[in-house]
Amino acid sequence: MAKRMQGIMESIQTLCSGDHGNEGFMQDDEDEEEENGVGRLTSWAELLGFGLAVFSEAIAPQLQCFCDRTLGFAVGQGGSREAWIKAVAMAMSLVRKAVKKGWVGALAPAARVMSQALSTASEPITLDIPVPFKAHKVETPSVTVETSAQELTNFFKTMFIMRRMEIAADSLYKSKFIRGFCHLYDGQEAVCVGMEAALNDKDCIITAYRDHCTHLGRGGSVLEVFAELMGRKDGCSLGKGGSMHMYNKKGGFYGGNGIVGAQTPLGAGLAFAQKYLKVEGVTLAMYGDGAANQGQLFEAMNISALWNLPVIYVCENNHYGMGTAEWRSAKSPEYYKRGDYIPGLKVDGMDCLAVKQAVKYAKEYALQNGPMVLEMDTYRYHGHSMSDPGSTYRTRDEISGVRQERDPIERIRKLLLSNNIATVAELKTMEKEAKKEVEDALSKAKESPSPDSDELFTHVYRKGYGAKAYGADRKEVVVKLP
Amino acid sequence: MFEALREGLSEEMERDPKVCVIGEDVGDYGGSYKVTKGFSEKFGSWRVLDTPIAENSFTGMAIGSAMTGLRPVVEGMNMGFLLLAYNQIANNCGMLHYTSGGQFTIPIVIRGPGGVGRQLGAEHSQRLESYFQSVPGLQMVACSTPYNAKGLMKAAIRCENPVILYEHVLLYNLKEKIPDEEYVCCLEEAEMVRPGTEITILTYSRMRYHVTQAAKTLVDRGYDPEIIDIRSLKPFDMYTIGESVRKTHRVLIVEECMRTGGIGASLRSAIMESFWDELDGPIGCLSSQDVPTPYSGPLEELTVVQPHQIVTAVENLCGKK
Repeated sequence: MAKRMQGIMESIQTLCSGDHGNEGFMQDDEDEEEENGVGRLTSWAELLGFGLAVFSEAIAPQLQCFCDRTLGFAVGQGGSREAWIKAVAMAMSLVRKAVKKGWVGALAPAARVMSQALSTASEPITLDIPVPFKAHKVETPSVTVETSAQELTNFFKTMFIMRRMEIAADSLYKSKFIRGFCHLYDGQEAVCVGMEAALNDKDCIITAYRDHCTHLGRGGSVLEVFAELMGRKDGCSLGKGGSMHMYNKKGGFYGGNGIVGAQTPLGAGLAFAQKYLKVEGVTLAMYGDGAANQGQLFEAMNISALWNLPVIYVCENNHYGMGTAEWRSAKSPEYYKRGDYIPGLKVDGMDCLAVKQAVKYAKEYALQNGPMVLEMDTYRYHGHSMSDPGSTYRTRDEISGVRQERDPIERIRKLLLSNNIATVAELKTMEKEAKKEVEDALSKAKESPSPDSDELFTHVYRKGYGAKAYGADRKEVVVKLP
Repeated sequence: MFEALREGLSEEMERDPKVCVIGEDVGDYGGSYKVTKGFSEKFGSWRVLDTPIAENSFTGMAIGSAMTGLRPVVEGMNMGFLLLAYNQIANNCGMLHYTSGGQFTIPIVIRGPGGVGRQLGAEHSQRLESYFQSVPGLQMVACSTPYNAKGLMKAAIRCENPVILYEHVLLYNLKEKIPDEEYVCCLEEAEMVRPGTEITILTYSRMRYHVTQAAKTLVDRGYDPEIIDIRSLKPFDMYTIGESVRKTHRVLIVEECMRTGGIGASLRSAIMESFWDELDGPIGCLSSQDVPTPYSGPLEELTVVQPHQIVTAVENLCGKK
């Protein structure tokens, strides 16, 4: 990122210093092969000639594009305000030159873009959530949500990285780098990304086996995820956990659990500890529509309502429990109402902003009053796991229909474009970078070695209070006395 | 013994504010075996938590809170009820340290009375040590005297691993003088009850008393048994056991577990594997019969190992005198 900012600034510097050579003004490029992503510069000389001879409004779009590009990078990369203000200042000197040379017409659009650039990228934008909330024993939150250009761009980038990561995991599984079970999250990215926008590091998240993206959201890296999926040393659980057992203690991510529904009492326990230790945080205990029929979930709900624990039960309803549709497994598929005495909200889980709003609301509620249930109406494109084609119990039309109408990444893309936060070209660049990040992580993970055979016996026990005992964690089965 | 357990628990709760007790009727009721009597007034209802009857979820909750650093002590009103929490104990409790690559430790203690009582019926006479012994990551200890009950309770709470502390229903009323000053027993060490030279008798929990009773008869008849209370059911203290086998060359295991897949079965194969050269004869193993514990008194007595059977077994292993 810094290199690209550098590239832009150098180009501007070159232009402004008058050292023209063959460098010229930027063009709206479709050229995807660019290394530095800045775009090829057409000949400055050509443009000068063109502009000086006949001043034309055609220059203005060029300038606009240049400024957009600068701003886009700054916003998209989350670059430091200082860095891109510097870049913009240099662009302004270019405008001054243009004005001096009589390109007055270029000033207006440039100025507009400059002012937009100089205001911070975190200026609030207010948007309305299209799909209304449904509430059970509680007021619905407002459908007007405040966000910012930076937040929306981050949503886009994070979700895109998650999507690429899951798709890469798909091909890894097919080429047998990943074995066993692999449950992919693509289609549901809006849930974990929207949640993170409303949480901080005092909050805890625990989820089931569809955890690759949740791990990423809590501060994990793509390299860790890939390495863990392939069972390598650099994985987040040192290669010993696998797809279903990813944890991040620092980020407050408690897994990563294989048995359906067993994480809900654990989540209640995390909330209990938060209340006991007086930490101002909530726990999000996530589960699916399949797990919503587990008895231990209702037991945990009972205890958490009794003791007013700050836990939010998040049901990621992707409408299929492996191969069984929700209407075949639940008498009442209105999961947000099944807390009974616990209030609930139904949220459009494909909309990051709706998820963010709901989680923010639920967090405030939970810290005061105790548990709440959030049902996220979401969808998964892949089957339950890689061994499941995903089309025996649902039609391909249904899957492609959801992909066309409700895809979370496309929704954010439309928002970014319609609110002039980014151009098509900038989004393409962001996508390219995300792809590159995922590919880099993948190749690095492939190079990571398998754990040593000694690692088989580590982390079974923590040696606590005790003598030197010959125990179950010994590698030698036969005991030799001294 | 219940007072010793209470003292141990109380001292640890005073020492570390993160220790809390979770179980059914542990608070206001004082515990079904009076182990937590008075705790609710002393420590408050947030540290002594009365749960609804939901073993699966409250064990899960205890494990979840242990992941963040709390040190809960889970009481199963009867060990047999913890079978409902088997998934949580086996899959989460034992394995989280491993599957998270060492990121989380679960310093939980799960305790409760088990074993065959006085005509409690089949479902309330469970011996869970055989079911949990193959779960990796757990430590199991069985207490048998007020002294080691208090010591093991304290050690279990201080241990960073999940520990299951097996108490026995019939031993709660045992009385013994224990030291006033603070002491902690070692979790992984066996206890020498009576040193001897002729045969090593390995036992734990209530069977210790049947063995000591049988030992009186044996000594009268001229035998010299060495009695070891193994205490640590997982991992076995092979050091003490091995030293003893080296001395006596004969082993008899007396346990209350079922014959199939019990502690005795594992111990027998462990000793055979490590100390085959030291043994003069096959390892004897006396365990409970593989039947659900009947209600009728005389039948119940037949399921469990009695002192006269121990005497006969020793005579067979050592030869008649």
